[in-house]
Formats: sequence, C-alpha cells, structure tokens
Amino acid sequence: MPDAVLAPVRDIFRAIATTVVPEAAAFDAAAWSEAERLIESALDVRPAGVRRQIQMFIRVIEWLPVVRFGRRFTALDAARRTRVLQALQSSPLLLLRRGLWGLRTLAFIGYYARPAARAEIGYRADARGWEARR
Amino acid sequence: MIERETDILIIGSGAGGGTVAAELVPLAKSGVRVLVLEQGARFAPSEMTGQELEMARALYADDGGFLTAQGTMSLAFARAYGGSTLVYTGTSLVVPKRVIDHWNVTGLTHADLAQRSAKYLAQNNVHQLTPDLLNENNTLFVKGCDAAGFHAEQFPVNLRGCKGSSLCNLGCPNGAKMGTHAVQLPFAERNGVQVVTRAEVRTMEDRAVTVRVREKAAGEKGAPGEWAAGEYRVRAKIIVCAGGSIGTPALLLRSGFGARLPALGAGFTCHPAHILVAEHARAITNDVGHPKSFYLDRAEAEGYVLETCMYFPFITAKNLTGFGAPHSALMRAFPRLQMILVLACDRAVSGNRITVNADGEPVVHYEFTPQVVESLVRATRASARIFFAAGALRVHAPSADPPLIEAADAARADALIDARHFRTGTISISAAHLMGGAVMGADARASVTDAWGRVHGVPWLRIADASLFPDSLEINPYVTIMACADRVAEGVRGDAPALLAA
Repeated sequence: MPDAVLAPVRDIFRAIATTVVPEAAAFDAAAWSEAERLIESALDVRPAGVRRQIQMFIRVIEWLPVVRFGRRFTALDAARRTRVLQALQSSPLLLLRRGLWGLRTLAFIGYYARPAARAEIGYRADARGWEARR
Repeated sequence: MIERETDILIIGSGAGGGTVAAELVPLAKSGVRVLVLEQGARFAPSEMTGQELEMARALYADDGGFLTAQGTMSLAFARAYGGSTLVYTGTSLVVPKRVIDHWNVTGLTHADLAQRSAKYLAQNNVHQLTPDLLNENNTLFVKGCDAAGFHAEQFPVNLRGCKGSSLCNLGCPNGAKMGTHAVQLPFAERNGVQVVTRAEVRTMEDRAVTVRVREKAAGEKGAPGEWAAGEYRVRAKIIVCAGGSIGTPALLLRSGFGARLPALGAGFTCHPAHILVAEHARAITNDVGHPKSFYLDRAEAEGYVLETCMYFPFITAKNLTGFGAPHSALMRAFPRLQMILVLACDRAVSGNRITVNADGEPVVHYEFTPQVVESLVRATRASARIFFAAGALRVHAPSADPPLIEAADAARADALIDARHFRTGTISISAAHLMGGAVMGADARASVTDAWGRVHGVPWLRIADASLFPDSLEINPYVTIMACADRVAEGVRGDAPALLAA
C-alpha cells in the first residue's frame, strides 16, 4: 500500500475541504476518518507522481495567501479561504485550474461518497426500484 | 511462462468481442478452438451494490476517472465480462445513413450495417419502456422539449425485467441489461467457446500474445479467474482484437505494430459530454426508474445530442462547477433536480490520438476544438430552454458565468451561456463513447484495417471494436460496434479454412 497522501498535510486539506463543502465543518473525528479513508482509497490507484503533485499543490495553497493576505490558508477566515480557491478556479493557468479541480474532486469524494451523504441530500436510489417507492 | 495454444483468440468480451465469440459458435461446434481473454472479472447482479466508489473500483478502468494527457477530460470504460455493455444504460440506436456516407469507407454500406443492427436489436430484446415505467426526470424533458419547440424521441433499450433501480452505470443489481454478458457470451460458452477472465493481454507478436492472469485479491468483487494466476504465452492462428478504442491501439502500439501501421492511434473521437442540472420547486421522481429514456438528436443540424440522465451523489457533485455554499445548496436540492447530458459530435482531427508511454500504458491526447466547444454551448442553451419550459426555477449551466441562471433570467440565457465561459479545468467533461484509434479504410497509410476489420498486411489479425470507427458515430455506439463485429466474424469464418490450415 502506498504512503498516505493526506496525512502529512491533513490540517491544510481539511481547511480546503470545509471551504469546498462547508457542511464538512460539522464532521466529528469518525466522519473525517471515513472521508479520508475514501479519499486515500481513490488515490491508491493513481501513479506516485500524481500523488506527490496533489500533496505539493495542497502545500502551495497553504502558502499562496501569504502574498495577498499575509497569512497562511489555514489561518484565514472562511470568506478569505473562499476567495483564494476562487482565484485558483478562475486562474488563466490551466495547471492551477486543474489542480483545484482535482482537490475539489477529492473533497467531494470525502463528503458525497459516504453512505450517510445519500440521506443528507435526499438521494434514495434503491435496487428494488419502483417497488421500493410504491 | 506457461504456454497455451488455441485456434482463434479474441481479446476482449464487450460489444465487439462478445459478438465475435457468439458468431464463431459454428466454428467452435465444428471443433475449432475459440478462446476469449477478458481483462476484467465476472460479476453477479447480487454484487452490484449501487455504492459509487466501490462499483467504480470494481467495474471501471482507473475507477472511471481515466484522464486525458491534458487532464481536462475523464474517460469511462469498463473492465468486466461483457466490457462496457455491463455498465451502459442499454440505449440501442441504429446508425443514421448520413454518418456512414460521411465515413466513406470502401466496402462498408449503411444497408449492411442496418441489417446486422436489426439482428442485435432482436437478440437483445430492444424495446421502448411503457409509460408507467418512465420517471418525471424523463417526462419533464419531453414536456420541456415540446414547449420549447423540439422533438424528443424515446430511446429503445435492451432491457428485460427492468425494475427501475436507476443504477445502470454502476451495474444493474437486477440483471436486467441485455449486454454481451447476458446474451452473446453465455450463448458462446454453452456452445464450446472458452472465456477466461482476469486475463490481461500485454503484448502481441506473430500469432501469439503474452498474458498476465491476475489472482482475485482478498475482498475483491467478482468471480475468480478460470486460469491460475501467472504469465502466459498463448499462440493462435487467428487473433481478433476487441479491447476497445483505448485497449486495442495501446496493445498494438506497445507491441511494435506502429511502424508498419502509421495510422495506428489516430482518429480518436469520444462525444465529449457534460451534465446540466435544473432545480424544480417540488420533488420529482429522478432517482428511481430507468435514467435515460429520451433524447433530442440535433447532431446533423447543430452537432450535439441531448439525453436524459440521472447520476449519483459524488458524480453529480463533481459535475457541478464551483464549490462552497451555492454548490451545497444545489446538492441539497437533489430530490428536486432534473438532469440532461449534453454530448458534442466531435470530428476526428490530427492530434487527438492514442499513444503509449514508456511503460506501454495508454495515453489519450485530446484537445477540444472550437467546433466542439460551440456544440456544447449550443447544447447548453437548448437545454436551458428545455429546463425552463418544463418549469425549472433555476438552471446550472457550466458555460455561464455565474453558472446558476434563475427563471427570471430565462430570456437572457442564450446571452449568459457563452463559449468564453467554457474553461477547461473548471468544467467537468467526460466521455464514454470512445471511438477510433485503429480505423477502417482502404489506404494502409491512413487506416489500420479494411472494411472487414482485416489489419492491412497482417492476414491473421482482425479488429472488432469501436476503434474501427473512422469518425464520430453521433449516436450511442454499442449496436454499431456489434454490427461491425458481426462483419468481422463473417470474415473470420470465411477466411478460417485457409488461415487455420497455415
């Protein structure tokens, strides 16, 4: 099994994830553990180079706001974190847009691939189909 | 290296390989050894849990997130007994004549493909669902099309006993889909064709392949493979490649066929697609019922097709642009969401092609042409009209800025949705109709096979999958793949006496 991607950058990733999905701020330790397990599982199949790039991009996000706000990402309030990610999303550089797209995808895996998320958003698909509804 | 020998080897068991396997039953019955090698595993309907990540891991290459070299589009293709026919929605269309005329492949006629397609429509129980099985996600699309001046058509689908789980793309939990896993492959196996799963063909040489057979890991879904895990060398007198538009060119390229076949890897098209979402005031039936029952064909006039669709929580979240509170609000409106999949009819252009990296793994190069972007933008505008005509409160359009358009702004939707807002790396684009890479044609410099899938200059090698398509098909491809594979099998049957005697 490859080394965990998130463990060395856990606090930064959680700050990013709660900006992407604000409801994740209500996660307790067990929910974070489940979310990060799902993310690590999805990353298992990615090449080592991609896993390193993800980790590096998370670190870049931590330090990027120092230039603009004089503080690291994890030290910013929610509104400023949102502005930082929005700037990356609308960047003229495809590399930065792709990087953010990848991180938001990971955050969505962590939140919406949890079985509990189905009920939270009212998703009710069932193998029994119509029979389960009628 | 364990040595094995057969007469005819088929690589892949999807729409192409499964069809060839069934069509070679007469040879198998006469004593010819026919072997199918499939990279994926056999799955039972009871293993289809509807859990997104779990099923994506089990059924799809790269968990369904195979990225292009540019990193701007993900490609979905299955690895399983039955190939991608296990995970599609079963929509079954016959290719329009204009497409085959445009392809202009010597020896390939629309009449021939239509006749063969009809055979598979019958074999696969293709029919239209009755109105009582249609959900509101679909009926609202029809209502919106009618009100907006469009004509929606109902998809014929290859289902038997559909319960409406809506989970088609994660594998049907009720075994209702009549793909090659349910029809052609079981028929072939009952009649003497051998199918070996978990068997990845790594390289090909003169009438032989090397194969890596994987052991089933602890906790992994699917049946164990039929052969013991290990490295094999399988010799055959005829080899039919049906590994799909990525698998087939990649196998031939890493095996050195590129030197004699300069067009190998070229001509890749894929109907780039993205999801549009609209929110209604009330809950609608959207996560129950067959998800893809209607479509709007604007391929000829405007270069796009709209299809009804309904995806799962993570896939939906990924496909909405943006993040934060507005994104969450839309996700929490899930019971009120209507969805449309927009597909662009792309053209084969130089540069969009398949290569292999230093490890021999496939790399797909794909740039969005201005024509594709314009098609997606036109499709988005049409979808917005349809959503609002169906009564939507707001529409999420990735190529608008901001992406959420309120009903009060419906009249301005065409202006708000614009190609200048189409930014790769921001919009989630995906594709599941992978075509080209080993295209048919008469000229060995510009194509890889003739109209019967015979590889130029290599009489023992045939291709029988969507990699044959010299350009976009403009419809869901599996029926046409089966029709082309049916031709390939006919050619193999005709050539078999000479090739098997060699």
